[in-house]
Amino acid sequence: MDSILRALGDPALMAIVALSFRVTGLALVIAVLAGVPVGAIVGLTRFPGKRLVTLVLYTGMGLPPVVVGLFVYLMLSRSGPFGTLGWLFTPTAMVVAQIVLAFPLVAGLTQTAVEAVDRDLRLQIRALGATRWQSGWAILREARIGVTAAIVAAFGGIISEVGAVMLVGGNIDGQTRVLTTAIVLSTRQGDFALAMALGIVLLLLTLGANAVLLQIQGRPR
Amino acid sequence: MSAAAFEIVGLRHRYGARTVLDLPRLEIRRGETLGIIGPSGAGKSTLLRLLQGLERPSEGEIRFGGQRLGSPAPIDLTRRMTTVFQRPAMLDRSVRDNVEFGLRLRGRRDRPRVDALIERVGLTPLADAPARRLSGGEMQRVAMARAIATGAEVLLLDEPAANLDPANVARIEAIVREEQAHDRTIVLVTHNTHEARRLAHRTLLLIGGRMIELGPTEDVFDRPGHPDTRAFLAGDFVY
Repeated sequence: MDSILRALGDPALMAIVALSFRVTGLALVIAVLAGVPVGAIVGLTRFPGKRLVTLVLYTGMGLPPVVVGLFVYLMLSRSGPFGTLGWLFTPTAMVVAQIVLAFPLVAGLTQTAVEAVDRDLRLQIRALGATRWQSGWAILREARIGVTAAIVAAFGGIISEVGAVMLVGGNIDGQTRVLTTAIVLSTRQGDFALAMALGIVLLLLTLGANAVLLQIQGRPR
Repeated sequence: MSAAAFEIVGLRHRYGARTVLDLPRLEIRRGETLGIIGPSGAGKSTLLRLLQGLERPSEGEIRFGGQRLGSPAPIDLTRRMTTVFQRPAMLDRSVRDNVEFGLRLRGRRDRPRVDALIERVGLTPLADAPARRLSGGEMQRVAMARAIATGAEVLLLDEPAANLDPANVARIEAIVREEQAHDRTIVLVTHNTHEARRLAHRTLLLIGGRMIELGPTEDVFDRPGHPDTRAFLAGDFVY
């Protein structure tokens, strides 16, 4: 127990926590800004190929992180199409990988949430004089519990994943080491106290973030 | 300004191969209450959705205030009318926020007007209550207040008092009468012939999507000119 408490006071741990939050936070913000509108548009409009788009989003929700990591690695590697950006083994590459993982979760679950809003209510909103955008916004607001669940699921999915960030970030000490990759390394090195301390921090951070999201979600009336 | 609120010309509406509405010509006058009666599947609710611009007619034209309701119908036209549906769909918000919703869509806020309307429908003690916790009759009164709050010239009412207890039916009808006194154009779809008789200036009988009879309510009910009208009013099957 003492060793866990000592590990919790380690300044290096704070740097790891900060990077974890920076990477996951940025990835989540971008995934939400892109995924919520895409999910709402797919859920509320009819267009040719809608079923195919839905299939792609739903498949994306179950993508194995390590496969996403491999894909992003190949894209960003020196011989890949985006190799000249020099992003591989940087936090930027980790953000890109986490966006690829989070986007389908946010978009797919948002789509489901808006589609679940009562069809009569959707019709009523239009009949009260809503423009297309006002209608979309009002329906999103009605679906806020499902949309928040989408964000919670995406956050949980990317803060806790290790395969993709390990591949594209490289787990470089002081540069790309985040909570999950640090836990893997500590466990391999037999430093279970540090691994446990990191695990506790990860759990507390997840709990705190979800509490904030639940607060934003509000109580159902 | 045209005396007609709506002019319908050569309207045909189909769902797949089935024609659900076939109205060669119909005019709905400003300030009148037109009752639309008919059996289930007659096309009554479909006609309301077409008038509101929620659906595009398969053929023909609907003009509102002399302007064509195109596709999509221009928002400045459709905002001059609003619909109250049979099942009141409430936003997950308070009664007050529901009543104010249509106004806010138009970029306006008018709390005194909203509160006055809530009082008019007898729901002041429940103004801050979540609208979805109300009874069916109370929700329908919220829906009526919400529609009136928009200030729309035309109220399209789709069976607003169906499935309500007599006390709530009386309240809804009282609200309709007050709106008639303000010269509001009202299109009232109802399967309840007594309601049409009580409220409508003119009555239209639709059967199978076709206009069977249209005339002053007294004439339609007391001196029906078509055998199907007589049969329908007598409660016979006319499908």
